[in-house]
Amino acid sequence: MMAPLFSSKLLIVLLFGTLFGLILGVLPGLGPTTGGALILPFTMTLDPLSAIVLLTSIYCAGTYGGAITAVLINTPGTPAAAATCLDGYPLAQKGEAGRALGMATVSSTVGGIFSVIVLVFFAPVLAKLAYEFGQPEYFALAIFGLTMLASIGEGSPIKNLIAGAFGILISTIGKDFMTSIDRFTYGINELSVGIGFIPVVVGLFAISEMLTQSTLLDQVFKRVALKAVKLPSIYDYKKTWKTILRSSGIGSFIGVLPAEGGTVASLIGYSEAKRFSKEPEEFGKGSIEGIAGAEAANNAATGGAMVPTLALGIPGSATTAVILTGLIIHGVRPGPDLFREQPDFLYGIFGAMLIANVLFFIFGFFGAKLFARITLVPNKILWPMIFAVSVCGTYSLSQSIIDVWIMLFFGVLGFFMRRFRFSVVPVIIGLILGELVEGTLRQSLVIFDGNWLMFLTRPIALTFFILSLIALAFPLLRSKKQKN
Amino acid sequence: MNNVQNKKRANKSLPFFFKDEFKVFFVIIFFSTILLISTFTFDKVPPILNRGIQPATFPKGLLILIMFLTTIVYYISFKNPWKKEKKLPKPFFLTILSFILFVIISKILDFFLAISVLSIFVSYNWGEKRVFYLLLVGIIFPLIVFIFFEMILGLRFPPGIITNLYYY
Repeated sequence: MMAPLFSSKLLIVLLFGTLFGLILGVLPGLGPTTGGALILPFTMTLDPLSAIVLLTSIYCAGTYGGAITAVLINTPGTPAAAATCLDGYPLAQKGEAGRALGMATVSSTVGGIFSVIVLVFFAPVLAKLAYEFGQPEYFALAIFGLTMLASIGEGSPIKNLIAGAFGILISTIGKDFMTSIDRFTYGINELSVGIGFIPVVVGLFAISEMLTQSTLLDQVFKRVALKAVKLPSIYDYKKTWKTILRSSGIGSFIGVLPAEGGTVASLIGYSEAKRFSKEPEEFGKGSIEGIAGAEAANNAATGGAMVPTLALGIPGSATTAVILTGLIIHGVRPGPDLFREQPDFLYGIFGAMLIANVLFFIFGFFGAKLFARITLVPNKILWPMIFAVSVCGTYSLSQSIIDVWIMLFFGVLGFFMRRFRFSVVPVIIGLILGELVEGTLRQSLVIFDGNWLMFLTRPIALTFFILSLIALAFPLLRSKKQKN
Repeated sequence: MNNVQNKKRANKSLPFFFKDEFKVFFVIIFFSTILLISTFTFDKVPPILNRGIQPATFPKGLLILIMFLTTIVYYISFKNPWKKEKKLPKPFFLTILSFILFVIISKILDFFLAISVLSIFVSYNWGEKRVFYLLLVGIIFPLIVFIFFEMILGLRFPPGIITNLYYY
């Protein structure tokens, strides 16, 4: 599995990706999704394996990096670390920041490695299953993915559905890929090739965050002092090993489902840790189990989210949507054929994720104090710099100034979406799945001679439709249960 | 306490068109309607070339779905009104203004100049008054990024009054 990685170039890429990911994770507002999108143009200078290794190592390390700021300044570096704040910061305030970060580092590493094992065993099985899939099955699967995103994603399910539908709508801009008829181009030539993925991602994540930061200029972070990261004691291990394993399982499972990956996984991991704990009253006051539950789950979601991305070409999270774009840009088509034709490439990715988890453990353990200092860079210096990189990065892919303006437009739109509690993640997933949804629907209708009911005669497609209905009904049942 | 109650009362008594719920509903429905109307202008494919459905059908379906779901969100907001958002501060509007400046300068004058102006403008309005740091974010850093992209990716930036000096 590691053989393709034994080259100095790949190891350097891995090292750089892990370091870069940690820095991105530490900085509140940035994260692996934005970082991956910004670094995507640079991957053009690399071979496909190095490019994807770079993106996946950023993903793994960035997800962990969020815990450092969550513990030390009570601000999650990434949304996935939000649950870590609940107990990480109170524990740090008690003078045990080193213990809190030690537990976050160990549980993140265990969760990450667990999920890579899940990826190694589960992705080929799913890929084999995908051989049975035709156009109707892929259509039903994409619909299932979008409904899952709405139902277990953050915030209101209906708002998530609107955002997902909007993402798909963006994918229809440009020439219709089946008939070459212009749609929503309004005579603008540049729009006939459609809206690129990178301008939308950078706009919705980086630029909208810049606007959010402009509203938070009077915010003062209280940083807790950290002497050194401490490895958990035997007592801590005894107390948390079940939680870490449970959260690793939960995270891997949630990661496989197309949703907000680590964010949802950490919240569920945290609440399950509380439910099973012998000391639930300690949660929110600095419980070591709370940190373990949240951190193991969010890092376990990284490997899980890679399963549908590689096996089916359906991203499990916003960051894997960026990785999927990276694969496509480099001419690698994810899906069952990838497993048959390029096993070395895949094992290279699996191995890289495994090593990235070990590397961020080492960097986190020895360098957390240093990484935490990055948060001292004031926003008034940091964000104009991020803007410069965002603009050049967005421009570089198609060398089109229109892309930069599109990025700004989506930045403003993303700000207002977030302000009114519309998640931006479904837009990204909708955009990347849009062509698949429309293409498979139209091809299925050709196969079925226009008869929509024929979808119900395909058992796999029917199963996905039923699962979609269950996914849609789930939030209703949940809110009824909560009311009762 | 009294102040909070007065504020709450004031929010409740706002006319419906001033409420966030209505504004969001109106904006989505308005733009969806315009887009829906424009789908009727899409070319139609002759039946012999048509594969499955017309190119306009899918976006039409999506827009109707968006409008339907938005109506549900608005309906639900009658029962569960949205939390009133804080007023946006001045730096937010100045940042938006800097984006507009960026678009104008990048279109008329120069791409690099646009980045520099935005960086200095944003940094200054966000509270940075030290000249060295303004130069760092406005000139030194964009220059590094510019050269980095140009050399590593072989990127050619759009022509402009400053970029031309570099290229020629």
